[in-house]
Amino acid sequence: MIHAKINHIDVVVEEGTTILEAAKKYNINIPTLCHYPDLHINSDCRICVVEIDGYRGLKTSCSTPIRDGMMIKTNSPRVLNSRKTVTELILANHDVNCTSCTRNMNCELQQLSKNLGIDTSRFDNVLEYKDIDDQNPSIVRNPNRCIKCGRCVDVCQHVQGMHVLERMGRGHDMDISPAFGLPLNDQSCSFCGQCANVCPVGAIIEKDNTNLVWEKLHDPTKHVMVQIAPAVRVSIGEEIGLESGLISNGKLVAAMKHLGFNHVYDTNFTADLTIMEEGTELISRINNGGTLPLMTSCCPGWINMAEQEFPEILPHISSCKSPQQMFGTLAKSYYATKTNMDPEDIYVVSVMPCTAKKYEATREEFSVDGKHPDVDVVITTRELGKMFRQMGIDVNRLPEVEFDSPFGITTGAAALFGASGGVTEAALRTVYEIVNERPLEDIVFNSVRGMDGLKEAEVNLAGTTVKVAVSHSLSNARKLIEEVIAGKSPYTFIEIMACPGGCIGGGGQPYGTTNEVREHRLASTYIVDGNMIYRKSHQNPDIHKLYEEYLQQPNSHIAHKLLHTDYQYRKKRT
Amino acid sequence: MSIQQIIQSYPAKSEYLLEMLIAVDQQKKHHYISAEEINEIASYVKVKESHVCSVMSFYTLLSTQPRGEYVIQVCKDVPCYINDDFNVVLTIEEELGIVLGQTTNCGRFSLEQTACIGCCDEAPAMRINHEIYTNLTKEKVLDIIHTLRGDANGRTT
Ligand code: SF4
Ligand code: SF4
Ligand code: SF4
Ligand code: FES
Ligand code: FES
Repeated sequence: MIHAKINHIDVVVEEGTTILEAAKKYNINIPTLCHYPDLHINSDCRICVVEIDGYRGLKTSCSTPIRDGMMIKTNSPRVLNSRKTVTELILANHDVNCTSCTRNMNCELQQLSKNLGIDTSRFDNVLEYKDIDDQNPSIVRNPNRCIKCGRCVDVCQHVQGMHVLERMGRGHDMDISPAFGLPLNDQSCSFCGQCANVCPVGAIIEKDNTNLVWEKLHDPTKHVMVQIAPAVRVSIGEEIGLESGLISNGKLVAAMKHLGFNHVYDTNFTADLTIMEEGTELISRINNGGTLPLMTSCCPGWINMAEQEFPEILPHISSCKSPQQMFGTLAKSYYATKTNMDPEDIYVVSVMPCTAKKYEATREEFSVDGKHPDVDVVITTRELGKMFRQMGIDVNRLPEVEFDSPFGITTGAAALFGASGGVTEAALRTVYEIVNERPLEDIVFNSVRGMDGLKEAEVNLAGTTVKVAVSHSLSNARKLIEEVIAGKSPYTFIEIMACPGGCIGGGGQPYGTTNEVREHRLASTYIVDGNMIYRKSHQNPDIHKLYEEYLQQPNSHIAHKLLHTDYQYRKKRT
Repeated sequence: MSIQQIIQSYPAKSEYLLEMLIAVDQQKKHHYISAEEINEIASYVKVKESHVCSVMSFYTLLSTQPRGEYVIQVCKDVPCYINDDFNVVLTIEEELGIVLGQTTNCGRFSLEQTACIGCCDEAPAMRINHEIYTNLTKEKVLDIIHTLRGDANGRTT
């Protein structure tokens, strides 16, 4: 144990603890900027400096281990002065135009300057204006707001293994950029948005579509419907000032109606549908000697990586569209027919935890009439939070309202889609019962739950034990993919989600998505599952009705036409 | 040697990246490494292009853009700056009719600045391709350029 003093307070911590961690443990707040939980410490910003008796220079508390007998001051005049100077220098090289920045009032640099009491700057602004990259449907990179903290580089390289973003140049001239300064669209970027999620400022943000949504909400000729993804309900609370993980389902629907949506639907319905289609596909591949392992297809971040970097893997990926796209297709086919509406007049909005879904919705093949996209526009959890604030809606005070039908009933299995391992668990619940023709006793598959990067389960199907694997974060996915390509994969079914923790940890989720917060959202997801009347997709009566009325049976001709797709090698720079 | 041969004369390990890049640069008349070459090198040592770009951007010696046959890099660090009583950069700019960052129309000279090249005790200093020139005076600078101009072969080795 280490005994030291921080600001005259005695602290006792384990060896190897950093000064920052020690201070936190004793509720002493040291401001940070480049530091982010779960990422590597690169001590680039020097905001977290402290003074230590007997040490010459100031030390960065995020990277300096605390030692026995240290006398540390976190707020000495020297420390405060240094912090202020560093912050002023950052601001002098920053496009300080907060009121026209998405991160206004939600920006770590702004908060820091405020806390340090910076109201005037001693330095002239020397920013050399660079081009903004907004050439893709998902993510906007504005280098003029970048403070070079390196978080995005770390998440893109080490968590996602994508290596799209890098530090270029050195010293004062250092920049964060993809290879050759090219736009993200020219690179093998997954559009996962993890970079946007960890960026402390407005330098990497989602492409904001809220204005498009407002425009349609105010257009009387449009029937505007919205679908909400499973992972949004366990995180939206954070956007509206509730603790992470709190569930606000009925209130959420009520609030969406206040925004003006004609109908509010649940993507969980098409998650159930995905299980019917994908489960049937799995069984048929097993029985007919099809390509195995079957890999899941609901995460467009992973699909992007596969199509851009691993053409050999494409035959393994399930032909099922993602639940988002299945919903869009049904809205413009089944729903339009059923309600006698012209698909032209239906406008489908999705609320997703995800920036890659914005790209997915723009793919040309996802259009039933060949003219309009099935999903017209995608907004993230953060953008939904923004719309609530714009309207001044106090979600928490609204009386609960149910999701609309005909897609009204959903299951616990579908709710699990937001969590890493969830698609697998949902699929196993259904596939087991269909193949073995008897009920599954223990429907909770604990081994595929939680934050481990690679998870496995075994299940007995018609007398044979099959192995399934689950991975989240694209760096973990690579291991499973390489095994499959090498022909050495022991698995029959593989679930891949691009984001750490699955969609609950998606790039479009509220800021401050750390692994700790992810655990809360996972826990809430399991509560949602546990509270549902139906917990297996094949028990959903509305799904049965849909097949009876329209789709005939899973993998039927019409189901194939509407709910399935194929993949192409799209070579990009890597 | 072809570019491919140069690359393959090194072990396929990222530790050799910098050496490889310098060797490729030396072979190229216009002292740059193209996007295709970067791609080749990246796949050979199994790193991403962005990493190769990042390494290159760290060394002023290397460039992704075509430059002159002679890349003149004047040291801009403090000791050289203090000992420069005649303005090395301006002298070269006037002699070549270009400004910092440009290449002459004939494609023979580019003018750049670099961080310290380790000759501070003989400041001011500059580097042309891989050759270092120190204790510069105005006459010496002009002499060097005149010699290089007269040299038809286009290489300083
Ligand atoms: S979206 Fe994902 S893959 Fe693309 S740059 Fe950001 S972190 Fe990297
Ligand atoms: S883009 Fe954002 S996360 Fe990346 S270095 Fe700049 S400020 Fe940091
Ligand atoms: S894991 Fe979910 S949030 Fe992340 S890219 Fe995939 S679909 Fe989007
Ligand atoms: S937070 Fe410690 S150096 Fe940036
Ligand atoms: S400062 Fe110019 S060579 Fe060192």
